[in-house]
Amino acid sequence: MLAESIVIIGVNHKTAPVAVREKLAFSGDCAGPLLTLMNIEGCRECCFLSTCNRVEVIFVAGDPAAAAVAVRGFLFAKSGLADAEAQQYSYIYQGRNAVEHLYHVAASLDSMVVGEPQILGQLKQAYREATEQKTTGVILNRLLHKSFSVAKRVRTETNIGGSAVSISYAAVQLAKKIFGSLRDKSVLLVGAGEMAELAAEHLVKQGIGRVVVANRTLERAAKLARQFNGTAVGLAELTTQLAEVDILISSTGATDLILRKDEVKPLMRQRKNRPLFLIDIAVPRDLDPELNDLDNVYLYDIDDLKNVVDVNKAEREKEALRAEGIVAEEVVKFGQWLEGMELAPTITAIRQKANGIREAEVAKTLSVLKSLSENERRSVEMLANAIVNKLLHEPMVFLKNTTPHDNPQLKLAFVRQLFGLDKESPEQ
Amino acid sequence: MTLLFQLTLYLYLLATAVYVVHFLSQHKQVRAAARGILLTGGILHTVYFVARYVAAGHTPLTSNHEAVSFFAWSMTWAFLSFWWRYRVKNFGVFVSPLISLLMLIAAFSSQEMAPLPPALRSNWLPVHASLAIMANGFMAMAFCGGVMYLLQEREIKKKKFGIFYSRLPSLEALDNLNQHCLALGFLLLTLGIITGSVWAKQAWGAYWQWDPKETWSLITWLIYAAILHQRLTVGWRRRRAAIMAIAGFGAVLFTLWGVTYLLGGVHSYVG
Repeated sequence: MLAESIVIIGVNHKTAPVAVREKLAFSGDCAGPLLTLMNIEGCRECCFLSTCNRVEVIFVAGDPAAAAVAVRGFLFAKSGLADAEAQQYSYIYQGRNAVEHLYHVAASLDSMVVGEPQILGQLKQAYREATEQKTTGVILNRLLHKSFSVAKRVRTETNIGGSAVSISYAAVQLAKKIFGSLRDKSVLLVGAGEMAELAAEHLVKQGIGRVVVANRTLERAAKLARQFNGTAVGLAELTTQLAEVDILISSTGATDLILRKDEVKPLMRQRKNRPLFLIDIAVPRDLDPELNDLDNVYLYDIDDLKNVVDVNKAEREKEALRAEGIVAEEVVKFGQWLEGMELAPTITAIRQKANGIREAEVAKTLSVLKSLSENERRSVEMLANAIVNKLLHEPMVFLKNTTPHDNPQLKLAFVRQLFGLDKESPEQ
Repeated sequence: MTLLFQLTLYLYLLATAVYVVHFLSQHKQVRAAARGILLTGGILHTVYFVARYVAAGHTPLTSNHEAVSFFAWSMTWAFLSFWWRYRVKNFGVFVSPLISLLMLIAAFSSQEMAPLPPALRSNWLPVHASLAIMANGFMAMAFCGGVMYLLQEREIKKKKFGIFYSRLPSLEALDNLNQHCLALGFLLLTLGIITGSVWAKQAWGAYWQWDPKETWSLITWLIYAAILHQRLTVGWRRRRAAIMAIAGFGAVLFTLWGVTYLLGGVHSYVG
């Protein structure tokens, strides 16, 4: 069976601890690994994916069992582990399961953070390198293209990537719901902790206009400000700055509140009621909880943000279930295509298509030529029959005659394309 | 012609229902369907107006039925034109029920065509009446924007994210929508009052005679002028602007119906 020749062997964050994964350490481009893999006996096509959470080899081989051992040997070559141990840390999927696994990976259902979007880009990059090295053929080309479209379907038909599942990202998403575009907005970081830095990084990535850092020690403020191309100010300037900025992220180690409601209230008039988004990620809290009662002021503390994240995570799990449905559907479709990629079904499909056309055309012609006698009608039918059979003769011979140098899949794919047998699925 | 009106009404109702389905499901195809239905309704509605114009022999803006139906027509086309230039996420589910409601009111008022009294026979009739009613259309859109703003703001403020948070656009976008509609509506309203005043001078010899409709139009105008003025000077924007847009729409509705049915005057409809 053709399906059984598709195999995926890999190591990911679920099967191997980081101590093992880092020993595999593939860095740089995939050209080297790809060429090594292609030299494995019986390996017809392959693609190599390496990210920080996973290393996978997707390959097609005539003798999958033998090739699998060799591929695993290649994966764990640098680790010094014996094959028995290597088997423990890795997974192997074959046929239908391999297709399903690849779809899971592409759609980010197998990721550490389900729904994170980077993996699709990494998979596309891996495929690009494989095509550059010409290590993919008819089957992997279609399989990988399909996995990209499955990922796209999952992304558009479910809300899997829609909600933020980290605190700093949740803060950014809220900021966008309040301010729309962040381009002409500014953020004030009070305290220069790690969390504040992370949130600021997200905001900068989303194109925030200006970053101001206020810290007890100006030196640390200046250092962080440089990192984001911003300005540094002393803590004493907090309220003056607050009249200007749109977002404030507070993370000082102060034991007391550093900003109270009655300090901000007069500022709002000065700000002409432009909204103010206050994010308090300090414990104990820096900002007066009553600030949220002011009009156009939105205050979120660390617990509020955690709640947002928890709700989003639950939401993602629900969406992942829907995504499973899409994957299952697409796996079946790919299976059907694979079944067709054998000689007998292709011949049947060509015959069926030709006969369908012949019958329809004969019926159309005869319905116009009503005056024909029974004999003449039979002649028309025979004529059509003869044309179809003679036209199909050479392609059939071409398909059935295989020389040892032929690539049967390539031939099948070629003929199927020529006759438009896989039309309903979008072409590559 | 009644059939044409009925058909338009049903299309609007259907569009509303489909918009609600889209709001809940968020499928793009459903939204496209809703827009298509609304567009068809808008076109039929236009045909209905032309037919009525031809049948009556004058601009059909003189009875409650005609005025309210034109009100709905303005909203439909203002909303559809937004699609072209100024898109607001899930705006349709708020605008289409209001359009349908107006059409239902129009459906239940007398659709009789009365002859035009001599005082109204003027080229100013189409200009003045359509400007005034189109102003209402934009004020109604600002009202919808205000409602959306308050719903979205409530969820962000209370930190309880229900069905609106992910579906409605950002507060900034809603505030801009509000300003956009108010500014356009205010411009049309101003022009409507000026043309009315010029017409009054021609017809009755005085620019202004404190007819109840005139008085209430002026009150409405002052309310919106205040909103826009405060917005620019002391920053009445965001939440307060949303509340004011909703309140201002109350004045619009009173000027449209309250005056006619409670206070009377020269503006009372012919019908």
